[in-house]
Parts: sequence; structure tokens; C-alpha cells
Amino acid sequence: MQNPIDPDLVRHIGVLSRIELRDEQVDVLARQMGSIIGYFDKLQELDTDSVEPLAHAADVFNVLADDTPGPSLEPDRALANAPARDGDFFKVPKVIGDSS
Amino acid sequence: MSSVLDLTALELRDAIASGEVSSAEATRAYLGRIERLDPTVRAYNEVFAEQALAQAERIDQARSGGRPLGALGGVPLAVKDNMCMACGHTTCSSKILADFEAPYTATAVEKLQGAGAVILGKCNMDEFAMGSSTENSAFAPTRNPWDTARVPGGSSGGSAAAVSAGLCAAALGSDTGGSIRQPAAFCGVVGLKPTYGRVSRYGLVAYGSSLDQIGPLTHDVADAALLTGVIAGHDPRDSTSVLRDIDDYLGTLDEPIESLCVGLPSEFFSDALDPEIGAAIRGAAETLRNAGAAIVDVSLPHSRIDVDDEGNLSSYAVACYYIVAMAEASSNLARYDGVHYGHRTPDRTDDIIALYSKSRAEAFGPEVQRRVLLGTYTLSSGYYDAYYNKALKVRRLIRNDFDAAFEACDVLLCPVTPTTAFRLGEKTADPLTMYLQDIYTLSLNLAGLPGLSIPAGLSASGMPIGMQVIGPAFSEQTVLRVGRMIEQASGVRRLSPTIAGSNTQE
Repeated sequence: MQNPIDPDLVRHIGVLSRIELRDEQVDVLARQMGSIIGYFDKLQELDTDSVEPLAHAADVFNVLADDTPGPSLEPDRALANAPARDGDFFKVPKVIGDSS
Repeated sequence: MSSVLDLTALELRDAIASGEVSSAEATRAYLGRIERLDPTVRAYNEVFAEQALAQAERIDQARSGGRPLGALGGVPLAVKDNMCMACGHTTCSSKILADFEAPYTATAVEKLQGAGAVILGKCNMDEFAMGSSTENSAFAPTRNPWDTARVPGGSSGGSAAAVSAGLCAAALGSDTGGSIRQPAAFCGVVGLKPTYGRVSRYGLVAYGSSLDQIGPLTHDVADAALLTGVIAGHDPRDSTSVLRDIDDYLGTLDEPIESLCVGLPSEFFSDALDPEIGAAIRGAAETLRNAGAAIVDVSLPHSRIDVDDEGNLSSYAVACYYIVAMAEASSNLARYDGVHYGHRTPDRTDDIIALYSKSRAEAFGPEVQRRVLLGTYTLSSGYYDAYYNKALKVRRLIRNDFDAAFEACDVLLCPVTPTTAFRLGEKTADPLTMYLQDIYTLSLNLAGLPGLSIPAGLSASGMPIGMQVIGPAFSEQTVLRVGRMIEQASGVRRLSPTIAGSNTQE
């Protein structure tokens, strides 16, 4: 059977997944992911047209908390593990491009 | 009296409460044994010696002051390293969280502490609970105490090995597709995966949120009942935990079960199963029949395991499970971005997307990357219906199979694993062969049901065999009572490995 996953598709999924893939990873991943996806295709044998999807085994829906203020993490605790911070902010490279 | 290390958690609790032994003595004995044996077993990622001794002394002082000690007063326990603790690190055995210090403690761990337990440390695991051998730990693999050339199973391999090697009185693990029950079987201990929603997941680092559940790994069924009673219950901080009374698991353990009917799922006794394991489980069924239970054959058609001419195994349940688990993993692990906590690439970059992508590539291991990529693929536009939505439909068929089976019987008795513990490196080359470790365990996570793994004796080569008791949702009380019946009737209880220098008589 033809592998449904080619190297270009692996690179594209890498971009969607926000994982930078090295060139030497791509061929191995194409082969491994292809064989796993091939395994998933076994489900196509089953007729499920009249079956409702089951996303969750628990019979719990839309649990709402009371809208009352309570204690939460202080900024210093929330930022304690940040790789880089600036005052009470997480520090990141520029996100929004120049407007010029 | 024999060594404190030979006592179960329940026996140790009672010995501490009666003053026969102090919590500080017990804690020192465990810390000494960890120092001696853990360089070989590598069950712990981190040991909290100082904090554990301080807690033990608080318990001993409470006892001298005549104050109540709690259901686990002074008992030294271990916790899988994917449960947050305000003390030490919470790493999930991943480089991306190697330095992460959680600002709060998971509800299940808080409940252990509230019951007076001493937490000895955090146990090794497959990275982010993805694996069946603990070889996916970013730090080091854990060894099976029965044979250190073999794996302890996974992903809660550190917790199972710690209990088995006597490096704690009992431990917590988590189970997404078999991660408590499979290592329990490989290491010859008891493991319970409770019903989805029975134990709060607050503070459990999420992998597959509709599947994950915390549960105990213990020396015997009574300890599993004791710990489950402590950690179960509704938690407003986990909206999927249920508002439902907790049964008295320990107090009712020895009550006989009237006209018990045990089902053997015929699909689980196919050629895929090691004949020695099949014989051990049929032997246990015979033991139950002699004790008055009825034994019937039942069917779980969508959990069927097919073997082709080349010996390759396939199963609808395995395909369904991995689609659901990987899809949920790809969403849950999006939070590791190199910004809020965890590893950030040392490369200077002016681009936020590059910062995410490099940080994740550098610090996620190969199996985690594979699962995130596959989950992203099955959720992506054009493939969602073919894979993810299809899997959710098959998930309902799998649950319907269990509902039908429980019309005909009270509990199911079946294998936990197709073989006993395999060697390190034996299954790392092909990810699919590792996924097939879970063929008997993952169906019940999809259905949300409780499953108990208990020892069924040793194989001819001297490795532990496990068997599984599965019940309907919230039937932990029945499942534990059946486990206790088998344990007592078979006389298989508290198996002890003989790793070099591991004799507990000190």
C-alpha cells in the first residue's frame, strides 16, 4: 500500500504542530507515521453511519462554577517558572509586525 | 517483629498508630533502602528526604499528643512525577519540564497528605505518560526489580518498581490506556485504575483528558482499597469529577458476594496471548468457580484482536484509542511553548513562532513528538472526519460492548498484558509494537470503566503474571472484593522480587 504520509506532509504537520523538524527526522517520521496511519485505517472496515460519536465517557455536561471572586496565584508565583520576564509580564520576541 | 519494610501500608499504619513502630523509623528505613537500591532500580526522579522526615516527626508528635493520625498516618508513599507538588520538581520525565516547580499540589496528593501520609518522592515514568516501558523517560529507564535486564512496564513504571522493590509502602500512578495496570502486572503488584471521574485530575499533568485517571499501586488488594478511599471524591477544581458518595472500599472488602457471575471475554483469549498467562487466568476463574461463582463466556467484538499470517496484531480498540489519545495529547501539549514555563531555546530569535518551534523540538522526546504530530494530523482539516470523528463513533461501539457484557455478568476477568515483562530495547525500534502492549487495557479507558490488576503468580521463567478484573462504572467496591476473593483463594499475595541485595530483612 502507498504511504499516505510523504516528507512534504510531515514538514507541513511539523509547522502546524510548532515543532521544528530536522531534515534527517523527516524521512523516518514519514515511514513511522505512515505505518501508524495505515493501522488507524482498520477503523474504515466498520460501518458507523448510524452511530453517535462518544467524546467523553462521563455523563457530566457544562459544569458551571459560582461566579464569586476567590484567591488566585500572585504574579510572582505565576511568573516563577518563566524563562524570561519583564516586571509582571512574560517576555517574548516581538509578536506584531511593524505597521510601516 | 519482621522489618517495617515487610509491612503493607495498612499494617504499617496500624503499627504506627499502636506505637509499635514510629513513622520516623519507617521513613528512615525506606530512605536507607532507596539510597542502597535506587541507583540500580532508578524508580525515583527526586527524593524528599528532609521533608519526609519532618512530616514523619510531626506524625510521631501527634501520636504522643494523643491526636488522631489519619487513614494513612505516618505511612511513606511515592507519587508519579506527573502530579504537581508545591515541593520539589514536577518533570513528567521530560526535558521540557526538567526545572519546573509547580506552584500548587494536585488534589489526589493533597488528600494523601491530609490523611497523614509521608511523601518520599516523585517516581520516574515514560515522558508525559506516553509509553509502556518507562524507556521514554528523558532521564533514565527504570529497571524491573524481578530482572533488571527487563522493563518495569509503563508509563507508571517508576511507581510500580518502587512498590515492588520495597522502596515505598505504596504509590500513586496514572492510567490513560493501561499505565497503572500494565506496570503492576510486570512488577507483581496490585494496581487500580478507578472509574473516570472517581478521582480528581486537578494537578495531574494532562495527556489524554477524557481518558486519564489517577490510582494506587500497592502490595495487596486491601492497600488498593485503602488508598482509593483516601483519594476518591468530588473536587470543584475538576469539573469532570463526579458528585457521588465514596463507598467504604476497605470496610466491605471481606463481605461475600452473593451469586457472583464472572465473564471471560473470549476475544482476549486468542492466539495473541501467551499460553502461560491464559492458563494462569483460567486457573483463577476455576478458583472462583470453586468458591461458588458462575463463569460465563462474554464477547467484546470491537476489542477483538486479529493476528494475520505474519503474526501482526490488529484491533479496532487499539486504533480507536491511539487516535483519541494522540488528538487529545496534541491539544494538551500545545501549552509547552517556551514562554510561560519550561524549556526555552537558547537560540536568539526575533520570531515568536520560531521560538515555540525550536523550544518544543529541543525538549520533547521522539515519542512525544510523534504523538503530537499524529494528533495534529488526525485533527487537521480534511482528515478530522476520517480519523478523529470515526474513532469517537467506534468508541461508542466499544462502550456498548461493555454495557452488553455487563448485562450477562457482574465483572470481567481477563489478561493485563499479552506477555510478561520484555527486555530493555526489545520494542523501542518500532513504535507500533510498543502500542500493542495495551491491547487488553485500553478499551476500558475508552469506556471510562474501573480495572484492577492483581498478581496471578509467576511464569516458568520467574516473571510476574497479572490478571485484570473489570467492572461497570463506579463498581470499584465489587471489583476490589473480587480481587480480594482471588487473592485469598489463590494464596498469591505480596510477591517479593530478589534483586541483588534486596533482602528486606535488615
